[in-house]
Amino acid sequence: MDAFPRAGAAIVGAATYGIGEAPGFDSIDLAAHAALRALAAAGLQPKDVDGLFVGLPQDYLSGLSMSEYFGIRPKVTDNNRTGGSAFMTHVMWASLALAAGQCDVALICYGSNQRSNAGKLVSSMKQPYFEGGYRPVMPVAAYALAAARHMHQFGTTREQLADVAVAARGWAALNPEAFLRDPLSRDQVLASRMVADPLSVRDCCLVTDGAAAMVMVRADRARDLAARPAYVLGAAAATDHMNISAMPDLTVTAAAESSRRALAQARVDLEEIDNVQLYDAFTINTILFLEDFGFCPKGEGGRFVQEGAIGPGGRLPVNTNGGGLSCVHPGMYGMFPMVEAATQIAGQAGARQVPGAKLALCHGNGGVLSSQASVILGAVETV
Amino acid sequence: MGIPVTHPEKQYLEFLAQGQFMLPRSRSSGRHVFYPRIAEPQTGAMDLEWVAASGRGTVYSTTVIRQRPPATSYNVALIDLEEGPRMMARVDGIPPEAVHIGMAVAAMITRDGEQPLLVFTPAEGA
Repeated sequence: MDAFPRAGAAIVGAATYGIGEAPGFDSIDLAAHAALRALAAAGLQPKDVDGLFVGLPQDYLSGLSMSEYFGIRPKVTDNNRTGGSAFMTHVMWASLALAAGQCDVALICYGSNQRSNAGKLVSSMKQPYFEGGYRPVMPVAAYALAAARHMHQFGTTREQLADVAVAARGWAALNPEAFLRDPLSRDQVLASRMVADPLSVRDCCLVTDGAAAMVMVRADRARDLAARPAYVLGAAAATDHMNISAMPDLTVTAAAESSRRALAQARVDLEEIDNVQLYDAFTINTILFLEDFGFCPKGEGGRFVQEGAIGPGGRLPVNTNGGGLSCVHPGMYGMFPMVEAATQIAGQAGARQVPGAKLALCHGNGGVLSSQASVILGAVETV
Repeated sequence: MGIPVTHPEKQYLEFLAQGQFMLPRSRSSGRHVFYPRIAEPQTGAMDLEWVAASGRGTVYSTTVIRQRPPATSYNVALIDLEEGPRMMARVDGIPPEAVHIGMAVAAMITRDGEQPLLVFTPAEGA
């Protein structure tokens, strides 16, 4: 195990903005709105921020853009881009920077106007010459290949994939902010338009606008700024590949490695986790990650999630905001699992509140199952 | 001694244009590499040279990209090459839905507009 500063830092403000449709804004405006909400929750202003972590969709210097927007001069800026897992890595580096005294107030934020602006998923990934000629519609083709392999190897069914989408919708129905809240049945998922076999449109994440932000400080200040901070108990990342053709085994992700290290840092057993917030870009993600975390043996994920097991009232609450499948997916979703976990730990999740939530496993996925990053958040009782 | 891999993408596509499916192979380890690059992964050995691929492979995974009519749906597959590496490709010659995991396939060079493109067809006797 490494020397990650367990509970050295905590999230003292977490907020979203513009989930669903937020026409007329630039992505940076949406990120700023979320950031101001998160700062206000902690009684802070932009000028208090001296560590900035951001990754706007089409802006490779967004650490500088966001600093300029807020008129601040951070000591630490980071716009590490590993795809949707980048924000978990931001929490990892922010924890280390705070512990080392390199900054005192870290702001992590993201926003995207992709639904209003483009109407489709905007990918910043260029297809390489050794894949592009086959016109694999990305990212869905990559996840379809993973799902097909999982079905072949383990007998996973389309019905089990559908149950992931149904569970996400069940949670979304309890979240007033979620973009899609109408009831969704297994049969409706199965009957929806096929995109890339075996994935139908309801196996795929939404395309929405949206923004999210979090403020982190060292633990000694956390209780002054928030009633129930979410302490960062562990944070770890693992890189596996970039292109799906280079993924060693399409049924095993590097989430196994990132989550194991993050849990070890946190000194937490998987059985103690009371809510899981993971990046469900496609229904197969949820199955792969729950297996890789160790909630069930490899290959058993389909059976693990079926028939409401991860929905409201199920044995394991997963993606209690409705996830990327039913709540929000503005290009990259990585911030939202952590904001939801912090909201659960703060006890402010309303109708979808997990009673007594105090330990969350948050997980981000970047690229096409390429980059995996896990963050363990805990309430003050777990410190 | 074979032709060294110096300009991976350019050389690979030039071979394809000449009707040859070539793979980089490390002289010291004997390991084949795909996609082409200037050094063997992990070791960094810069002794890669171009060798002819057998063209034999097995479907590792497969999907059908669904298009709204009148556009037609098509196959995208991952192929495990006999030499070891895996690559993305398409299996032609049968309906896209008929491609299945474990199927033996053989390489063939076709064209995608101006570009040569390596695809696979079901192997004889498969």
